Amino acid sequence: MKKDQWILGIETSCDETAVAIIKNGREIAANVVASQIESHKRFGGVVPEIASRHHVEQITIVMEEALDQAGITMAEVDAISVTEGPGLVGALLIGVNAAKALAFAHNKPLVPVHHIAGHIYANRLVTELQFPLLALVVSGGHTELVYMKEHGSFEVIGETRDDAAGEAYDKVARTLNMPYPGGPHIDRLAHEGSPTIDLPRAWLEEGSYDFSFSGLKSAVINTVHNAEQRGETIAPENLAASFQASVIDVLVTKTLNAVAEYGVKQVLVAGGVAANKGLRNALEAAFTGRDVELVIPPLKLCTDNAAMIAAAGSVMFEKGIRADLALNANPGLDIEIYN
Amino acid sequence: MTILSIDTSNYTLGVALLEEDQVLGEYITNLKKNHSIRIMPAIQTLMKDCGKTPADLTKIVVAKGPGSYTGVRIGVTIAKTLAWTLNIPLVGISSLEILAAGPGRYFSGYISPIFDARRGQVYTGLYHYKDGSLVAVEQDQLVMLADWVEKLTSSKEPILFVGNDLPIHRAKIEEVLKAKAMFATVTEQNPRPAELALLGRDTPGEDIHTFVPNYIRLAEAEAKWLEAKGKTLNG
Ligand SMILES: [Zn+2]
Repeated sequence: MKKDQWILGIETSCDETAVAIIKNGREIAANVVASQIESHKRFGGVVPEIASRHHVEQITIVMEEALDQAGITMAEVDAISVTEGPGLVGALLIGVNAAKALAFAHNKPLVPVHHIAGHIYANRLVTELQFPLLALVVSGGHTELVYMKEHGSFEVIGETRDDAAGEAYDKVARTLNMPYPGGPHIDRLAHEGSPTIDLPRAWLEEGSYDFSFSGLKSAVINTVHNAEQRGETIAPENLAASFQASVIDVLVTKTLNAVAEYGVKQVLVAGGVAANKGLRNALEAAFTGRDVELVIPPLKLCTDNAAMIAAAGSVMFEKGIRADLALNANPGLDIEIYN
Repeated sequence: MTILSIDTSNYTLGVALLEEDQVLGEYITNLKKNHSIRIMPAIQTLMKDCGKTPADLTKIVVAKGPGSYTGVRIGVTIAKTLAWTLNIPLVGISSLEILAAGPGRYFSGYISPIFDARRGQVYTGLYHYKDGSLVAVEQDQLVMLADWVEKLTSSKEPILFVGNDLPIHRAKIEEVLKAKAMFATVTEQNPRPAELALLGRDTPGEDIHTFVPNYIRLAEAEAKWLEAKGKTLNG
């Protein structure tokens, strides 16, 4: 019988200090997340220096809790995987240095993981991946369509040229005077209204899978501004619904086009915005009756966590990807580096 | 007893192994290079050269600041992780105290270790040796260099200034304190990791999980937020 594989994952790229342990690449043995969201709310966004300070406070507590939850010791761990980038450099540094110290103390292999590869691999904790596949990554910092022909291979076929979808959500939420983070508020509000306002959709040039949300964001701000000047009020729920309809229309249509062109077996949804109900419903409707499997992870695997890093780490470990003790945080890391 | 000490709080990167009453090895550089890339390989190399494995370590002593926020955090993160996972004590020592320890040992006056903090400010404190141990007379603080030297004019004792950033401030110190100011030589300006290990040798371990750097300053966003709320730092 094959020995079980245990991978410890560490994720500190933004405002969650997270450590997880994954068995055989797919089973969650422990998934601990210490969120800092309450600390950043009063600043209306994540403050990098404060995020870094929290990570130092939390890191050993979270590591200990993960090992306790999994009921294993470091001796049983096969490899330590850690988010190398992208993300906030000061925040990434805490995870990277903790991972290196842990790998050194126990003489374990160190496996660097790309944060978005992690988001994509969160899906492998739900179901086995079927290649070729397409991943729609939508988060605060990313909007990408990634094509995978096999494990550990990532080809970015489309990405945002300006704001990420999540950023547009946060900015629109601010325009509507909603608290940070704005995404969930817009999503909730959108369900109370209807898309009565005509907002632009940025399709870009024919055949492009790239995205652009800055024009849409400006259109929302202008709509609110113009209404104010005319002394009118716009129902915020209708504005939220119209904004959300525009974002979802573009995301779903581009995904469907890519599915047709690339002939994939699966579509994976990844990233924090995958928690968005409107997007989930629209994708589910679009893929009903199609010969393509749509996979959307449960909410707690969509937002930043370390289970996804360990899941990606498991595959990278088997591919022989290793880092030495000179591993550094790389805030601008490219996902196509290990292809 | 084998103590590993780690200092990445300022440009000086230092690692030492102290065993009983012997410094087994010490690695120091004074370079504007990335600590995150270099510190773990430095620890690995020094331990290998000294024939030690992580399991041999009995204590970790780390420089806890003040200094570069990012730099301090790199050393503290590694120290916390090692101490926690090896189940050995962790001790944090002031980065300024390390700097004062070596050059001040045979000096009867006060020692003022200095790290430049830009815009005329310095991180400093006032130390002296009493019955063979280093004692803080003035706590570590962030202060305008001009205010600091003005305050020191009332000292009856001579003051020894130490630190790689002295060239930035030396003229002002000499102008105000005249002959009362003394300056460490170029070979004594780097905080020595072996001194760090020695300072922590007989100090009991701290709670590893709650251990944090001594930043001295609040994060800028936090300070502004408190200011906006009309609160003062001292309550
Ligand atoms: Zn993320």
